[in-house]
Amino acid sequence: MLLIHCPYCKEKLPELEFEYAGQAHIARPDNPAEQTDAEWRDYLFIRSNVRGDHAEQWRHSHGCGRYFNALRNTVSDKFIATYEIGQACPTSHAEGEENNEQLES
Amino acid sequence: MAFNSTVETLPAMGRFSLRCKRENTVAMSKALGFELPSSISESAQSGGMTALKLGPDEWMLTCPMEARSEIEKSLAAIYPDAVHSLTDISSREVSIRISGPEAEELLSTSCPRNLAELKSGRGVRTIFDSVQVILTREEQNQFRLDVWRSFVPHVMGLLRVAVAEFECGL
Ligand SMILES: [Zn+2]
Repeated sequence: MLLIHCPYCKEKLPELEFEYAGQAHIARPDNPAEQTDAEWRDYLFIRSNVRGDHAEQWRHSHGCGRYFNALRNTVSDKFIATYEIGQACPTSHAEGEENNEQLES
Repeated sequence: MAFNSTVETLPAMGRFSLRCKRENTVAMSKALGFELPSSISESAQSGGMTALKLGPDEWMLTCPMEARSEIEKSLAAIYPDAVHSLTDISSREVSIRISGPEAEELLSTSCPRNLAELKSGRGVRTIFDSVQVILTREEQNQFRLDVWRSFVPHVMGLLRVAVAEFECGL
């Protein structure tokens, strides 16, 4: 089982208490009515599908109840960092780590 | 080796879910008559009342059943100045007390947390075999599980099986 560090509880806790909640840092457009269909589709559905370090949302649903962000390597399943909502994504350039290989759209 | 732990359900107690922003905690503490704990898993006590911090803006208050209206009244009085949400959840949960030298091991049969790290006097929301519970370590060898009413037969069943296994030395 994975152990995930909750930035609010400040503790490493079993994965069973957490829920995955999709890619992080996707801002909802201020005025959805002004969006074209293509822009709105991109906002709703188009994700980067990273092979490597992925910034994603998690929720400590069976704990403090909070959403937070995490940087996780999708190949090794290693959590590089977890951080509070509203904080910038920490960059990762760890030696020997898989690089981002984003799919061409 | 003799097995000396007990599992029992407790009589009804008053329970509130309290939510409020950080800037209002001072006013809330004043109205309650004691300081609300400031970090998650910490608890504070005064008289028969206990406050346990569950999340960044969430506390569980427990008190005797008859003390409920007094708490409601004193917090309602400061509502205009310190906006908060206070919900009576007394009958939502049933409390189960597990006490004895094997209590920690008994709970670890269904709880994925490292219970050795949960210090006396602290409590957390966690999971007990897929059931969300609030687990409090009342004393070194005494725990309390607050379980949603409809899940109690399931949780008690698991604990009974665990007790039976411990008793016959499995
Ligand atoms: Zn948490």
